[in-house]
Amino acid sequence: MSASAIVMMIVAMLVVWGGLALAILNLRGHPDQPEPGPDDVPHQL
Amino acid sequence: MSTKATQPQREQWSSRLGFLMAAIGSAIGLGNIWRFPAVTYEHGGGAFLIPYLAALLTAGIPLLILEYTIGRKYRSSPPGALRQLARPAETIGWWQVAICFVVATYYAAILAWAVRYTGFSFDQAWGDDPEGFLNNEFLKLNETPGEISTFVPGVAWPLLLIWVLTLAVLLLGIRRGIERANIVTIPLLVGFFLILVVRALTLDGAAEGLDALFTPDWGALTEGSVWVAAYGQIFFSLSVGFGIMITYASYLHRKSDLTGSAMVAAFANSSFEILAGVAVFATLGFMAQAAGVGVADVSSSGVGLAFVAFPQIISEMPMGAFFGVLFFLSLVIAGFTSLISIVQVIIAAVQDRTGLGRTAAVLSVGGAVTVVSLLLFANDSGLYLLDVADHFINQYGIALAGLVVLVTVSWALRQLPALQRNADATSSIGLGVWWRICLGVVTPVVLAWMMVDSLINELDETYGGYSTSFLLWAGWGVAGGALLVGVLLTLLSRRRPATRWDAAATPDAPNPTERNG
Repeated sequence: MSASAIVMMIVAMLVVWGGLALAILNLRGHPDQPEPGPDDVPHQL
Repeated sequence: MSTKATQPQREQWSSRLGFLMAAIGSAIGLGNIWRFPAVTYEHGGGAFLIPYLAALLTAGIPLLILEYTIGRKYRSSPPGALRQLARPAETIGWWQVAICFVVATYYAAILAWAVRYTGFSFDQAWGDDPEGFLNNEFLKLNETPGEISTFVPGVAWPLLLIWVLTLAVLLLGIRRGIERANIVTIPLLVGFFLILVVRALTLDGAAEGLDALFTPDWGALTEGSVWVAAYGQIFFSLSVGFGIMITYASYLHRKSDLTGSAMVAAFANSSFEILAGVAVFATLGFMAQAAGVGVADVSSSGVGLAFVAFPQIISEMPMGAFFGVLFFLSLVIAGFTSLISIVQVIIAAVQDRTGLGRTAAVLSVGGAVTVVSLLLFANDSGLYLLDVADHFINQYGIALAGLVVLVTVSWALRQLPALQRNADATSSIGLGVWWRICLGVVTPVVLAWMMVDSLINELDETYGGYSTSFLLWAGWGVAGGALLVGVLLTLLSRRRPATRWDAAATPDAPNPTERNG
């Protein structure tokens, strides 16, 4: 593989998989607010 | 008296994880595996990452958030949700339902092929001529597109099996059916693909394949077609534009985080695409080296990649049967969770409009879609019809309906600020003016450009070299028919009062009856 291909592959993986990791961390840090009613349970990822 | 009290409570996802898995399962489909790698390779390789990410951030995620917000706010399937935004917009919802019906009929057929190819992988039944096997022995393809002369039992039985499984999941409902099915199958799919990636990377020639995929052609970034391809990939990959996410979000509870969930679903979808790109191109690199040709000579996409190129590779590689079974099972799983979401749109619309229970709605809708699917695609012209219907319903159904929704919500109804407030009220990531600009300007402009570009191509050359008469009924006829059915269903729907839809509205929906009730 050429150096430019290796760099772009790593960048693609870092950006997209890193983006997923950050998005999951963000969601885990913000549990849903409970809703009044029978399903009144705060859910987490 | 409010009608709300007389209506059964709407089903809900049991957890945020359940909703996310279902949304991710819907987004990850055949396109991630057989479309993304080829689109990337043909549009600048590694450099394609830039327009791809731009499209993800300016169109994919904003659109997902929009659909989540509409679904969660109005707690109804597309016709009901859009009707509550503005009565005439109900037609767009029924149009999307009709599009889902069309897509479901042929999407299931591809899954049926993949089921058979899982079995064929054990003894490589295609021999040394996968293309001849696919066309002549398996599909028994007629020489004249559109001419039907024989039924193909080899497609019909697995197709029936796919429909039985799909309807069984849907009969179980949102929590016990769709949610559980996705929680089981999505990790399984990722696991299968990780094994495929490891196997592919250990093949001779894998590095050449990855080199071809990721080597950047920076000059491509100056070409408009590359940017249009990136937006197209994101649009078709994320299951936006045909009401699926509106439907799934209608089963969220009112305090759900929308923007954070959209980020996770969108990045999960793209993460799987990268994984699939690595697996597919490492494998194609092996094929190119074995044949002594360049990767460009073996690169393909769609049906050709899955049912011609991959069988050839499976025959050539060590432990090919193992690889083949994993690959085709992955196709079945990826497509199955998407098919469930597509059919759920139709079922939800029928339930919401008629008040039918789930069992009756699943059996009536499922029965109709199964019969149509079997009649149209288990015959010797099925592949032709599938190819043409898919092309036209994507361009002039899904993408066009997405454009119409955006223009209607952004410009005709000017509802983006209200929807933004609704999303922001419960979300971890606040939406700024960027969200309204993306949905009101950037995405509609790109979608309109895609539409014009596609129309010019249709006029320049007949799609796939098919006859004009065949394209007229199987392509334009199907796409136009979906719109016509949407209009007819709206007229039919208006002949009876829609109490259930009004009852499903949330207190913050623009529905005076509900607020006073």
